[in-house]
Amino acid sequence: MNNESRDVVISVEGITARLEGNTILENVSFKVFRGEILVIMGRSGSGKSVLMKHIIGLFSPVEGRVLINGIDVHKADESERANIRRSFGVLFQSGGLLGSMTLSENTALPLEEHNDVPDGLREMLVRMKLRLVRLDGHENLLPSELSGGMRKRAGLARAMVLDPEILFFDEPSAGLDPVTSAELDSTIININEGMGTTMIVVSHELQSIMGIAHRVIMLDGEEKGIIAEGDPRELMHRSSDARVLNFLNRRVA
Amino acid sequence: MVSFVKRKDSNVKLSVVGSLLSPVVFAIEGTMSLDTMGRVTAEMKSHVREMRPSKLTIDCAGVKYFDNAAALMVSKFKKDMESVGLPVEIVNLSEDSQKIMGLIDLRIISDSPSVPTKHAESRVEGIGKLAVSAVAEFGNLMTFLGGFISALGYSILHPKGIRWVDVASNMKRIGVQGLPIVGLISFLVGLIIAFMSSLQLKPLGGNIFVASLVGIAMVKELAPLMTAIIVAGRSGSAFAAEIGTMVVNEEVDALVIMGFDPMRFLVVPRVLAAFIVVPILTLYADLFGLAGGLVVGVMGLDLTLIAYINQTGSAIALSDIGTGLIKSLVFAAIISGIGCYQGLKVKHGAEGVGAATTSAVVSAIFFIVLSDSIFAVVFHYL
Repeated sequence: MNNESRDVVISVEGITARLEGNTILENVSFKVFRGEILVIMGRSGSGKSVLMKHIIGLFSPVEGRVLINGIDVHKADESERANIRRSFGVLFQSGGLLGSMTLSENTALPLEEHNDVPDGLREMLVRMKLRLVRLDGHENLLPSELSGGMRKRAGLARAMVLDPEILFFDEPSAGLDPVTSAELDSTIININEGMGTTMIVVSHELQSIMGIAHRVIMLDGEEKGIIAEGDPRELMHRSSDARVLNFLNRRVA
Repeated sequence: MVSFVKRKDSNVKLSVVGSLLSPVVFAIEGTMSLDTMGRVTAEMKSHVREMRPSKLTIDCAGVKYFDNAAALMVSKFKKDMESVGLPVEIVNLSEDSQKIMGLIDLRIISDSPSVPTKHAESRVEGIGKLAVSAVAEFGNLMTFLGGFISALGYSILHPKGIRWVDVASNMKRIGVQGLPIVGLISFLVGLIIAFMSSLQLKPLGGNIFVASLVGIAMVKELAPLMTAIIVAGRSGSAFAAEIGTMVVNEEVDALVIMGFDPMRFLVVPRVLAAFIVVPILTLYADLFGLAGGLVVGVMGLDLTLIAYINQTGSAIALSDIGTGLIKSLVFAAIISGIGCYQGLKVKHGAEGVGAATTSAVVSAIFFIVLSDSIFAVVFHYL
């Protein structure tokens, strides 16, 4: 598809990220188009999660800006910020569930901001999203009573409760067995195809990347930026960069 | 392939075949391991010094055990000898041992070990760093205070938005569950003060003033102070640990992303609960402290119950109880504020949570005592 004609949802423009005095990313720019699954890949320490945290507004870049639906994430005022927040959900690496709340309370949390949800709808929404990730029947368990995979799925249910147009995933396969990881991947694909949700996935799991990515960008720790962009199945054979080839073919550098 | 049972013992034998200034064979038998290599290399070196061979062969045919340490030492020996012009050949290594030798990268032997680059810090540098971190810490604290005050103001203006369920559960944890220990410690402190002061007052015939002393000391100073210290230990630490763990588990990030202000969501309920409960606990501690004094007075000093109570009542004014309560409000703010602040500041995993917990308790107690001394001066001049 021609990139020029596609609808840009997120636009990262020349951001430089610094953490505790170390420059992690330098002048990174890319775009995310509506409805695609974009995987941010790279070796450990290449700044993938840092980049994601800048996009969702948890960290502020020292230079550059991030636009979500045309609004600057870091300069938005309170009401714009609330709008941006409503437009995306995040699945954190460990799920990010609140330990003191049950599954259904956790899932209902984003609804608390809305006081005008009619009685009964809240519960139905929660049950629907939990069923979507096959966790119905576990509503009253605490996060500590769940396995790692269940916690991630619960995190996903919570991230989806407001029907966001964008979903972020931080290392969805980290710490999961192959079967659970594949299940999560197929859930991701189902949601993408079913609801047209734009997805940004941070990952270094090759199988998962090959299975879900429409497009990848690869970060490199030494370049402090993007070294490749495109379809992973093509890059795997045709990239001219040895680092990309090694990564996608699982070879020792 | 000759396979032998790998048995490690400390038996090793070096036999030397050859004569002065000619090719020499060292035959090693037994165990070549971390434990024996010191002996073997020392022996080999002394033989080399005595015989000054033209060529050296190390025959490992009789070696029964060969480990990484042996491989390293043999390689190093070979390299050292060759660097002074003595060719060394190692022969008859078993297949297993050859594999171990194959793992050795000769650079390991020649490279000097990497030393930590951290250089010793000079005193001036230390002071400078301390000053910089103190300024940064002050900045963080002020940011936290500002954020907290605005969140508290917002919550007071929008009381519906306060998470009352959390306030209640924290009140239970700080207050209800703290009752036994606060009661016990105040009772014992009352007892101790009564006993110690009776030792001084009894010879003077001033038994009855024990009641005044215990009353004033407990109500004005010790009950608020002891309560605050116990709450800091029980709940200040718990706040830091809970919130710190939430930071580590990305729960706080998740809250921010969902549009919840961690200040309003986590800090305000805890501080409000402390505001409500610590003064009540202080009153409760007052009662138990007085009861402790009463026990000593009635049982050890032959005072009647009525006389003791009357004396206590005339010694303490209502305003004394009031100053105690005002103090306890300030202490509550210090304990809960510092606990939450330390928790939110956590950065580096579980270790950071531990450090935050410790510093929450220590700095809370420090600021409690500091503010108590300021109160002492202020109330004196009021």
